[in-house]
Amino acid sequence: MANNNNEHNSRSQPILQIDHLSKAFGNNKVLNDIHFDVYQGDVISVIGASGSGKSTLLRCINLLETPTGGEIIYKGVNVLAPGVNATKYRSHVGMVFQSFNLFKNLTVLENCVVGQVRVLKRSRDQAKQYALELLDKVGMAPYIDAKPRQISGGQQQRVAIARALAMDPDLLLFDEPTSALDPETVGEVLAVMKNLANEGMTMLVVSHEMAFARDVSNQVFFMNEGVIHESGTPEEIFGNPKRQETIDFLARFRNT
Amino acid sequence: MGKFAQLIQDIEKLWDKFGDVYLRGIRSTLILALVATAIGCLIGFACGVLNTIPYTKKDPLPKRFVLKLIRVVIRIYVEVFRGTPMMLQAVFIFYGLPYVTNLQHRFDSIWVASILVVSINTGAYMAESVRGGIISIDPGQTEGAKAIGMNHFQTMTSVILPQALRNIMPQIGNNFIINVKDTSVMFVIGFPDFFAAHRSASGANYLFFPSATIEMIGYLTVTLVSSFILRRIEKKLEGDASYELAAADQLVMVAGTYRHPGKGEHLAERSKELERDGK
Ligand SMILES: Nc1ncnc2c1ncn2[C@@H]1O[C@H](COP(=O)(O)OP(=O)(O)O)[C@@H](O)[C@H]1O
Ligand SMILES: [Mg+2]
Repeated sequence: MANNNNEHNSRSQPILQIDHLSKAFGNNKVLNDIHFDVYQGDVISVIGASGSGKSTLLRCINLLETPTGGEIIYKGVNVLAPGVNATKYRSHVGMVFQSFNLFKNLTVLENCVVGQVRVLKRSRDQAKQYALELLDKVGMAPYIDAKPRQISGGQQQRVAIARALAMDPDLLLFDEPTSALDPETVGEVLAVMKNLANEGMTMLVVSHEMAFARDVSNQVFFMNEGVIHESGTPEEIFGNPKRQETIDFLARFRNT
Repeated sequence: MGKFAQLIQDIEKLWDKFGDVYLRGIRSTLILALVATAIGCLIGFACGVLNTIPYTKKDPLPKRFVLKLIRVVIRIYVEVFRGTPMMLQAVFIFYGLPYVTNLQHRFDSIWVASILVVSINTGAYMAESVRGGIISIDPGQTEGAKAIGMNHFQTMTSVILPQALRNIMPQIGNNFIINVKDTSVMFVIGFPDFFAAHRSASGANYLFFPSATIEMIGYLTVTLVSSFILRRIEKKLEGDASYELAAADQLVMVAGTYRHPGKGEHLAERSKELERDGK
């Protein structure tokens, strides 16, 4: 499963190229000159201390924040160029939030149908069938008529994953998908994510679940103060980290 | 006690002669209040949506200018209609139209004029409520919608407004009840509402107090019944706190035995089955 970039380069074009990406809030430079490529089937884990810019990176990638510099090239097109339809681009890049953000006014099923019908213009029947299939896949089929506030956090997050999958995204972004969950429901969400990774879904996962980063991803980025401070295979980052900050971060993690 | 008997007698006398006038008045009041509240809500929602179209410094200048202009116009509208009495607004609009058009146009129907005035007035109040309702929705809802590629309009209509509507249900109800009472000022342009019935009935025989008693009872009945119904609707919108799995038990069983078919084959049958058996 572990592909490395050299292998890719000779084969195919990346889905996403992040090039000299920067983001500042006022004078606060949160991201500095980030660059990396994402290829089909990559599962990239992003780790790093709180405040290092992990969320901002994901939010810039699907344009919930507007980067202040650099380029985001999706299938060869710079989506930051004027005239590019950001809304359309977003429908190809799914996002799973720490706080789920399921639509509170809609049932579980409708949460997975509404985007298909309104954004992708699928027929309601077709959208419903696909939503049912995906909800079954994440184990939420028995809850199709429930409202988000009637189900647990882990269940909501699984629905949120199904909602994102319903758009047939090329890339799924996860921003600490299990951080807001009760410990006993973390496993069910990680299991779903692991399944997706095994099926070849391209994923960029910000997480403090080190076991997931080590076992499931093919690349790990360690972020520190707005830059990718060290990157490599899970074996490299967890087995043989090169930089002092990475070593310190991982050590702190083992202690807690 | 003699006074009370007298009052009953006078009321009976009035009712015998003017009962249908009062009833028609109540009917007009209710229709005006309902229609104007509904249109006012639509105006309020339109203003709320236009008012919350996001823009950033990066957007082109014309877009920013138009959006800014929309906000200023709505602001003026809201301030003008909340800051003046509705009775005056009625006179202003009713006589203003023929005046400024040199008698080319005037209101042929007192209904149209009244609905217009009360709707615009209600809209000014609702615009603020809706804006507040939209702003109070968790920003995560908007981000969730954006993340699946919805635009502002789709986000508003599918996600934000339904939630805002639920949140401002009490204010909508409040506005309706205020309209039931305050449409009484429309008599200044000759609208035949419930209060106008009082003026014609008591003007004929000077039974002011008995007629006012009928009016008090009539208005109070309408507003009390309305609040009761509105509270029932609010309760219903709230829904249950927990989800019963009972109806879906058969699904749990199906889920285990079912092998992933291609999109739209066996699933089609299955979802039809669900529609038949479920719910
Ligand atoms: N909307 C914002 N406005 C201003 N500062 C922000 C905003 N979002 C994030 N930041 C700042 O950016 C930095 C990185 O935040 P974040 O990307 O959330 O880090 P992480 O996800 O790694 O914890 C923090 O210092 C935070 O205060
Ligand atoms: Mg974060």
